[in-house]
Amino acid sequence: MTTTAGKAPIRRKAFSMEKWWGLVWVMPSLIAVMLFVYGFIGWTARVSMSAWKGLLPNYDFVGDDNFVALSKDPRFDIDIKNTAIFTFVFVLGCLIIGFLLAVLLDKGIRGEGFYRTLFLFPMAISFIVTGVVWRWLMNPAQGDRLSGLNLLFDKLGLDFLINSWHATPEWGIAAVALPAVWQMSGYTMALYLAGLRAVPETLREAARVDGASEYQVYRMVIIPLLRPITLSAIIILGHISLKVFDLIIALAGKQVALDVPSTYMWTTTFDGYFFNRGAAIGIVLLMSVAVLVIPYLWYTLRQERDL
Amino acid sequence: MRNRMLKLMSLFAALALVASACGGSSGGDAGDESGSDSTAVGSDDTTDDTTDDTTDDTTDDTTDEETAGGSVEVFSWWTGGGEAAGLDAMIEVFGSTDPGITFENSAVAGGAGTNARAVLASRLQAGDPPDSWQGHAGQELIGTYVAADQIEPLNFLYDEQGWLDVMPETLIPLISKDGNIYSVPVNIHRANVLWSNPTVLSDAGIEMPTSLDEFIAAMETLKSGGMDAPLAMGEQWTSLHLMETIMLASMGPDSWNGLWDGSVAWDSAEVTKALEDYNTVLGYTNSDSSSLSWQDAGQLVLDGNAAFNIMGDWQEGFFRELGKEPGTDYVWSATPGSDGVFQFLSDSFVLAKGAPNRDAAIAWLTVAGSNQGQDAFNPVKGSIPARNDADRSLYGEYLLSAMDDWASNTVVGSLTHGVVANDSWKSEIDSAVGLFLIDKDVANLQTALVAAHAANG
Repeated sequence: MTTTAGKAPIRRKAFSMEKWWGLVWVMPSLIAVMLFVYGFIGWTARVSMSAWKGLLPNYDFVGDDNFVALSKDPRFDIDIKNTAIFTFVFVLGCLIIGFLLAVLLDKGIRGEGFYRTLFLFPMAISFIVTGVVWRWLMNPAQGDRLSGLNLLFDKLGLDFLINSWHATPEWGIAAVALPAVWQMSGYTMALYLAGLRAVPETLREAARVDGASEYQVYRMVIIPLLRPITLSAIIILGHISLKVFDLIIALAGKQVALDVPSTYMWTTTFDGYFFNRGAAIGIVLLMSVAVLVIPYLWYTLRQERDL
Repeated sequence: MRNRMLKLMSLFAALALVASACGGSSGGDAGDESGSDSTAVGSDDTTDDTTDDTTDDTTDDTTDEETAGGSVEVFSWWTGGGEAAGLDAMIEVFGSTDPGITFENSAVAGGAGTNARAVLASRLQAGDPPDSWQGHAGQELIGTYVAADQIEPLNFLYDEQGWLDVMPETLIPLISKDGNIYSVPVNIHRANVLWSNPTVLSDAGIEMPTSLDEFIAAMETLKSGGMDAPLAMGEQWTSLHLMETIMLASMGPDSWNGLWDGSVAWDSAEVTKALEDYNTVLGYTNSDSSSLSWQDAGQLVLDGNAAFNIMGDWQEGFFRELGKEPGTDYVWSATPGSDGVFQFLSDSFVLAKGAPNRDAAIAWLTVAGSNQGQDAFNPVKGSIPARNDADRSLYGEYLLSAMDDWASNTVVGSLTHGVVANDSWKSEIDSAVGLFLIDKDVANLQTALVAAHAANG
């Protein structure tokens, strides 16, 4: 090795050795990713086109039968409706609350570090814990069994706010999104705060000199500048909401009224042994996340390259 | 420049989060499974099982020859309350009859065994079966594990132990397929029980109802007397439970059995009538049911917030745990309209095909089916033994009445608890009921039930 290295141009050899070692170091994780991510995606896709029902694998090819059946499945309709409502409430709630918190903190409040940590804290909690806590808070019991937030409303004389939370017909899933907003709006705030800090003071000054009101400064200058932040926040929050599972299980248990694709996937696979249908739901979920994430990554990477 | 910084930052944030979310969720899943596996191995219920991790692997190969040594891994979802205490009591009996065998309690927590069954399914697919596991007697076991050729027939053990003479005849066909018996039932629970609060009833001047019509009339009286929801109900599976008991009451035992053996059509008029009865009864339940457990629903009856609750007789175990007195704090009867019918479910243990410690597993099953084992388990769990030669002095007032009914009534199986339908069929029915709770459309429900039968029956 050393003798050949002596003959070759040293700079070049060192570089390729480095490259080679780099590849070696990356290899284990590359293989693991290929196998455990892409390999299993491929396997799931295969199962989603099989007739596997019951404990033992059955790989008889049935084409798109499972997907067609899903499209006609009234329970899957509910899943899609619930996901749409959940995503809407969750993403919008996080963006609005996150942005407002960021603007307030950006005003140079005293003890900013304390508040920043405070608002970020919920993110440190797992969705399971959030779900359990909010299950108690959002107790839908009425009459003299009021408890949780409803009891608080009652004591404060805000009776009109008392509601059935996640037991509300049709819109119960919106209540399930509230804990998720609580948990993730601090994170959205952090994103926005970083964005706001990057907006140069000179731009604000210039706008003010031009006679813009504070509202107009935000509306015309700052919010447009924060568009990349908003976009990444939407992507991040959106894919979380497509995958939400633990929060719903902890908060609502297994009930069709608050069903989402991931919970349907779990129950149909492990309670009913419909491995084919579970895999089909998994593939649909993967597709919907991919539709959201891939164009964004592609766009951003291309922009980076152009720069 | 700033713009670029911003984009870089946002891209980094997005990537980091995507990565951490992916890592988080897959890590979570993996953690879940290994977590349950390690609960499985190191379950706190038995203190002596932590040491056998090391010995287990080394003795695996030799245990087949040495009946008195080694360990046995038993998988269940009995992790809390009377169930875990009952299992512990039975493990104690096992410890005294087979002192050489270490008991490995692989219990996985989580709602009515669904989590445990998921873990079990992946272990079986990976070719790593526990020696023995818990399952509801009936189609839940047969439709899943016998169909997948995962468990061994136990006829030899029944013959050897003389169990056919002491276990009810009606039970044997339900836990058999083609003449092979596949599990050892350790207990019997009754599903069709109406629980009530005697104070609420006497205040309203109501007798315990004996027919569906009387039941509905009683709830109407209570409702017009100002009680919001006379019938307490919990989360979705408890309404499936309600549905099957009301259907049984409406159709009678013969038609009920006919639904499962194919002799009664799901689109028949009597099914329509039964589903309409179910819908009527649902009209008297609490609006917050989806957020309540079955215990919460029972609590509503104890507290007088509701008059009735239809739940299996594990509800009695809960009432007793709270220190309530039968007869004064709570009363019971068969679900109105199903008097003389015992809708049962049973927990049983199986022998895995290719069990790593087969002899030790058979020793465990012998204890599970023995009088000593069942009389240790059942008084604690709050159920009656599958054997009919139990020591009656060990059981309370309710359980004695259940034992008498078990001996004299017509016996039918429960749907929610795995006797009459395989898991696939049951989960499709459960979906249909979940949808029904949203739209309350009886015709839709019946169509879905017909489809579920056609695809899985």
